Amino acid sequence: MYAVFKRELMGLLNSLMAYITIGVFLLATGLLLWFFPDTSILEYGYAELTGFFSLAPFLFMFLIPAITMRSFAEERREGTYVLLAIRPVTDWQIILAKYFACLVLVVFALIPTLIYYYTIYQLGLPQGNIDGGAVTGSYIGLLLLGSAFVAVGIFTSSLSKNQVVAFALSVFICFIAYSGFDAVSQLFVLSYFETVFLSLSVNEHYQSISRGVLDTRDLIYFITFVALFLIATKAVTGGRKW
Amino acid sequence: MSVKVRSVSKHYGKQKAVDSISFDAAPGRILGFLGPNGAGKSTTMKMLSSYLMPDSGSASICGYDTQGQSLEVKRLIGYLPENTPLYLDMYVKEFLSFVANSYQLSQTAKKINDVIEQVGLQSEQHKKIGMLSKGYKQRVGLAQAIIHDPKVLILDEPTSGLDPNQLLDIRSLIKSLGTDKTVILSTHIMQEVEAICDDVIIINKGKIVADTSIESLIAQHGPLSLEDIFRNITV
Repeated sequence: MYAVFKRELMGLLNSLMAYITIGVFLLATGLLLWFFPDTSILEYGYAELTGFFSLAPFLFMFLIPAITMRSFAEERREGTYVLLAIRPVTDWQIILAKYFACLVLVVFALIPTLIYYYTIYQLGLPQGNIDGGAVTGSYIGLLLLGSAFVAVGIFTSSLSKNQVVAFALSVFICFIAYSGFDAVSQLFVLSYFETVFLSLSVNEHYQSISRGVLDTRDLIYFITFVALFLIATKAVTGGRKW
Repeated sequence: MSVKVRSVSKHYGKQKAVDSISFDAAPGRILGFLGPNGAGKSTTMKMLSSYLMPDSGSASICGYDTQGQSLEVKRLIGYLPENTPLYLDMYVKEFLSFVANSYQLSQTAKKINDVIEQVGLQSEQHKKIGMLSKGYKQRVGLAQAIIHDPKVLILDEPTSGLDPNQLLDIRSLIKSLGTDKTVILSTHIMQEVEAICDDVIIINKGKIVADTSIESLIAQHGPLSLEDIFRNITV
């Protein structure tokens, strides 16, 4: 499995696509957090990173599908999936190798943003006046959110030969999972369904972790979310209909 | 018998691709798999390599069942898929080292060099696969199929699109591989069958219509050439 993982990661790192998407992600967060007056931390006056953590999910919604869209769709178009499938690895190992390769790339996109934390740390008055627990929680939340979106992206990539279709579909599913359930829950204010839809929402669990409290319910939610989409991927690729 | 196929069938939707075929293949012999386009050759080969699962029937490679023990089967076979799909953005050596690592081979560097020499890729070994010509891509495809020294070699049209010189090279390579391995190859070229195969299976519309050694096939049909025999059987 490690050989497949390594090939996938190298494939991503050797393509311009990965660098462009990571670059765009960093550029967008940089501009929005430090330069655009409406959202800038410097204009805002409070030394905190909440702006970044509420912005990042929306950028992930586009960044992650762009990273994952080729994983199965390209193999399918080029007919190269057979090159993986005839090796002594199981379908699950192939799916997980692709999943973790994309996840590692998401982590690569997040690492440079630690510099924002350092900056805020220095800018606070007194110096270092930043809620480290909340920031750590938010990063963990962002990572879990990223792993959920990667699973969605891998799944949609297995559905289509066309990378653009895979991209669009996965942006849509990520958006519904993140904001859609929230919006629907507001249709049922004060009823039983409000809590049902809220508990389905990625945003709700992300916010909960961001407070710095790592609740097992949130953890189980994300693990289930990822597992569901990977099982669906297995169902699609296992049929070998392509 | 290292390859045993017992009444294997495969459907694509309502279309029967392979209809209850059975045959054996023995080590040290090269089996030619013939048939018109769409006869079910590639489907059968995909099922032998554990890529596709048969709808009914069973196949085994060296005693391992292709459905239940697919990991063991995959370790024992080398498979060259139809049209030779390859990762075009990888370098030749990078790709072969991925293949070697996926079989968890030891001494990968030496094995990669050996196989590059065996298939005659020395002059192109530092290039990207996408830059190679068709004949050299075919050699890369062969290299990935034989790098782990498989017991059974399944080659789906290994010589399509090669020039006459390359054709001779690849044929002699397959012939030398066939001395100690079980080789199953599919082809449309009758001269090739005469040149390298020991046994022939002719398959038409998913059914086996001839399964015999090449000498007895010719003896049965008298003075006809292999092309005429093929036409008589499959039209």
